[in-house]
Amino acid sequence: MTALLDVRDLSRRFPVAAGMLHAVDHVSLRIEPGESVGLVGESGCGKSTLVRMLTRVLDPSDGAITFDGAEIGAIPAGRFTHRPERAAIQMVFQDPTDSLNPRFTAFDVIADPLRRLKGPWTRETLRARVEELADMVGLPRPLLGRFPHQMSGGQKARVGIARALGPQPRLLVLDEPTSALDVSVQAVVLRLLDELRRTLGVSYLFVSHDLNVVRLVCDRVVVMYLGRVVESGPVASVFDRPGHPYTRALLDAIPAADPTRVRSRIRLTGEPRSPINPDPNVCRFYGRCPIGQEVCAVTMPALAEVAPEHHAACHFSGGEGPLS
Amino acid sequence: MTGTPLLDIDGLSLSFRTRTGTVKALEAVTLSLAKGETLGVVGESGSGKSVLSFAVMGISDPAATVTAGRVLFEGQDLLTASSKDLNALRGAEMAMIFQNPRVALNPIRPVGRQIEDVLLRHAGLTRAEARERAVEMLRRVRIPDPQRRANAYPFEMSGGMCQRVMIALALACSPKLLIADEPTTGLDVTTQAAIMDLVDDLAKETQMATILITHDLGLAAQHCDRIAVMHAGHVVEVAPTAELFAAPRHPYTARLIATTPRPGVTLDALEPIPGMLPDLRGTLPPCRYAARCGRREPVCDGGALAAHLAAPAHSVLCARPL
Ligand SMILES: Nc1ncnc2c1ncn2[C@@H]1O[C@H](COP(=O)(O)OP(=O)(O)O)[C@@H](O)[C@H]1O
Ligand SMILES: Nc1ncnc2c1ncn2[C@@H]1O[C@H](COP(=O)(O)OP(=O)(O)O)[C@@H](O)[C@H]1O
Ligand SMILES: [Mg+2]
Ligand SMILES: [Mg+2]
Repeated sequence: MTALLDVRDLSRRFPVAAGMLHAVDHVSLRIEPGESVGLVGESGCGKSTLVRMLTRVLDPSDGAITFDGAEIGAIPAGRFTHRPERAAIQMVFQDPTDSLNPRFTAFDVIADPLRRLKGPWTRETLRARVEELADMVGLPRPLLGRFPHQMSGGQKARVGIARALGPQPRLLVLDEPTSALDVSVQAVVLRLLDELRRTLGVSYLFVSHDLNVVRLVCDRVVVMYLGRVVESGPVASVFDRPGHPYTRALLDAIPAADPTRVRSRIRLTGEPRSPINPDPNVCRFYGRCPIGQEVCAVTMPALAEVAPEHHAACHFSGGEGPLS
Repeated sequence: MTGTPLLDIDGLSLSFRTRTGTVKALEAVTLSLAKGETLGVVGESGSGKSVLSFAVMGISDPAATVTAGRVLFEGQDLLTASSKDLNALRGAEMAMIFQNPRVALNPIRPVGRQIEDVLLRHAGLTRAEARERAVEMLRRVRIPDPQRRANAYPFEMSGGMCQRVMIALALACSPKLLIADEPTTGLDVTTQAAIMDLVDDLAKETQMATILITHDLGLAAQHCDRIAVMHAGHVVEVAPTAELFAAPRHPYTARLIATTPRPGVTLDALEPIPGMLPDLRGTLPPCRYAARCGRREPVCDGGALAAHLAAPAHSVLCARPL
């Protein structure tokens, strides 16, 4: 199978007063058609920068982005809006109304990308398409006339999803789509997303810091730390046998809604290293890592297979490392 | 629980007058908290968690009216206390941390100074002593290089760091009660874990009681001795944490547990909770959950509900508990 999205050695550096900030550093990542990939890591690790390059609103410093066989990484962000891939990659934001005109009704919110990317439309065909999308995401048609402040969180989430699905994307990038929702509503929205992926065959890149959610809706997960991918693999494998101490710390930090589960936890101490002019030979996690050794300050660990399809970038991820 | 509780909320009802009607935000809320104890308060947004915490802190909205009940702190009724007494209590005996640290911090004063100010006001220290203790507090919340950071302004610090400063500020006078209202919502899980560890450690060290308000059942499970579940202004169930999870008695509690993502549970097994919170204006039925409840019978609409003891230390507000 050829990948829908194939990202190779993608980097983005920003010049800042103190030097070069390495926001995304040699990231490679594949998403197959219909696959759901989770992207996790703490704030500042480069998730948004990576997403902004994939959606081509930000130019990479170097590396390649191949989408559906076409190289799109080198197309300047400004010219990408005129490309057919523009409609094929859509985003769902945390709060769909945040970035929008508060005087837009749900109808306008959903119709907006259709007007810009698809068409031509007549008033009737546009209305029919918007209603079709509303039905698809379970938004009652009478709500299409409402403004954001007149809708519940769950309803707004549905509007955001309908808006993104309008241009018939092949890849949907979801940025914390449920983090603003109550758990009771979250369950409904997650089920909807799962069902849409199955029926439409669209791929997801699911950016989230909630690993419990990633486990539910993703096939694979990619863990980033300070601009680099430190681990990636099938969700079950990564959650059961994390190969990187940072992943282990992330998993340990999830509060489990089960008081009988007593766990030994890795506690992270110390501050993260600076992303400005990072030493290419030092592991980015060194200093904060509970199992760091001298070798970590001399040689940057490369991603290596720790289980089928499962890679981790740690000198101690193989066999009976200090993690097991 | 032994002896007099540190905090005793007894039959508290509170409403807001608004142009579109009276919002009955809290009704007959009864909760108590022992010295050193950690109580979780959970429930969907809009269930009254923040209103409850502000009522306890005596921070009241002019539109708010307490229609019944008492809030006793070490025997003193906070609802009838003078504002002078309340001001003396706040910051010294009771403190609060919020989701957004920028609300609690003064943007144009160095963070160390802000901690000194609290200490000067409440602890009767000299400026030099306060200075020393402020740096010590920053060290205890694990701010690196606290001596230097004491001179930093909030905008010069990351969100996680500001959160720690707010905790340092809240805990500077070693309060007996800390109310933490969604203190880690929106933060990374690793930052959340570090901050909660910090609160746990400091609470243990100083025998401080904590009310942890959160919509995250997992967070409450991990850090609290007991959990109170709120729904539409009612406390519908209170129980020791393990018991609440093992044998929830209120149908809403059971639903809330069943809808929370957790290890070993698939998406299909996550049961959404039908319906939503009722409009709190106008007349409300005795059971505010009845319209959403699968176990509703005529008895549920019969008359005023009273919370009854389901087991020692376990109470439930339901005519037909599980
Ligand atoms: N335009 C920019 N100029 C300078 N630094 C930036 C810019 N955008 C992002 N960064 C930096 O890049 C790093 C990654 O940021 P971001 O991609 O937003 O992370 P995340 O989305 O994971 O929180 C951070 O250190 C951030 O400060
Ligand atoms: N100042 C106010 N005026 C009117 N209604 C209010 C006010 N503050 C809170 N409420 C209402 O009280 C209820 C409880 O709110 P809140 O305590 O903030 O919920 P939670 O913290 O559980 O999310 C909500 O219905 C809210 O709209
Ligand atoms: Mg981001
Ligand atoms: Mg609140």
